[in-house]
Amino acid sequence: MKLALDISFYNWDLLSNFVLKGLYFSVMLTVVATIGGVIFGTVLALMRLSGRKWLVVPATIYVNGMRSIPLVMVILWFFLLMPAIIGRPIGAETSAVVTFIAFEAAYFSEIMRAGIQSISRGQVFAGMAMGMTYGQNMKLVILPQAFRNMLPVLLTQTIILFQDTSLVYAIGAYDMLKGFEIAGKNYGRPIEAYLAAAVVYFVMCFALSWAVKRLHRKIAIVR
Amino acid sequence: MSWDWQVFCTDTLDQTTVAGCFGKGGDITYLDWLLSAWGWTVSVSLLSLALALVLGGLIGTLRTLQGRPWVVRLGNAWVELFRNIPLLVQLFLWYHVLPSFFPSLQRVPGFVLVIFALGLFTSARIAEQVRSGLESLPRGQRYAGMAVGFTTFQTYRYVLLPMGLRIIIPPLTSETMNIFKNSSVAFAVSVAELTMFAMQAQEETSRGVEIYLAVTALYVVSAFAINRVMAFIEKRSRVPGFIAASSAGGH
Repeated sequence: MKLALDISFYNWDLLSNFVLKGLYFSVMLTVVATIGGVIFGTVLALMRLSGRKWLVVPATIYVNGMRSIPLVMVILWFFLLMPAIIGRPIGAETSAVVTFIAFEAAYFSEIMRAGIQSISRGQVFAGMAMGMTYGQNMKLVILPQAFRNMLPVLLTQTIILFQDTSLVYAIGAYDMLKGFEIAGKNYGRPIEAYLAAAVVYFVMCFALSWAVKRLHRKIAIVR
Repeated sequence: MSWDWQVFCTDTLDQTTVAGCFGKGGDITYLDWLLSAWGWTVSVSLLSLALALVLGGLIGTLRTLQGRPWVVRLGNAWVELFRNIPLLVQLFLWYHVLPSFFPSLQRVPGFVLVIFALGLFTSARIAEQVRSGLESLPRGQRYAGMAVGFTTFQTYRYVLLPMGLRIIIPPLTSETMNIFKNSSVAFAVSVAELTMFAMQAQEETSRGVEIYLAVTALYVVSAFAINRVMAFIEKRSRVPGFIAASSAGGH
């Protein structure tokens, strides 16, 4: 085993010229896909729980379809089809954002569905007894509780989502991994670059999952 | 937009349509290539799954040992390490970084490195499920094993593991399907599996929709097949009254 790492590779230029731009995109993609995914996922969950066939069937097909295809293939599909649909070329980054919202919505919808189902029926009846409409009942009684119960799971999914953003590699979008890779190629130091990428991803994900664990403990006591 | 399924009968070298769709005399059509790519996906997935089951079962079990805090800590470290680095980055570590530290790895073919990367990545997730399965057993089971004079190994072998492993079959099912999906990252190190085929054939033929549809269908078929196998195993090994809740989320 020979260790010959060039420590001088890790300097401010690496960060400012290559990594920060990618990190910004990775974080932006994670945040946008989480917010968009939770919104669309909640809509999908409500469709699946509505009991109306014309809502249940398409939502079920969408969710199960998305969940049975590898994310890389979904990324490739959107990158292939989106220019044809909107009629003009589209950047890899824009395509990635749309893909991740659409893809994560399927996963978030399963979480939200479990969350909504975890609310006891008495809560629904209580809302109805107060004379609330379906929308009021959902907005004021059910969804806030479901959201709170599922917060640790939602955040865990967000960490997975952050890791998955590295897969935009398939269409060449400039994310954090790409930033490290390009820097490694430019300086002829690929090994140092990939090691650094692994460490940065690990530290970020480890810290986040530690925070989620603490939050989970806090919420668990309240319940 | 018009379909052109003839693309699969096209020779990959001279782009002429071959009668009968399968290439002859050493030439291959896109259909041949697609099927061989499927073979790569299936073999990479199944071999990774075997590795992940062995390692994950072992490490998950070690994490439940009592009175051995260092073994437990080591198991926890394993899980945290492989869970908190994206699979693609782990793959690059195996492919680009480790061979320069260990020159003997340079002779190892790429697809073996993919199996290690995917297998170890998944082993952490399986270890987590094995641990929670074992911990969900009532404490009395362990005590019962001790009371009849079993050694720790015998307690695990005859009391805890037979129940614990059955309980986690539902979450294991989704993990086996995940392995098939996750094997798609192998494209990044040029293993000739389905996603790699999809990207290259799309570029060569410009019939992306047909190519992607076929590849997507094969992924769905593979995942469904493994799902049925696991459902069969679950049915055959079921113990009445014990069912584990499958976890939401995850890929």
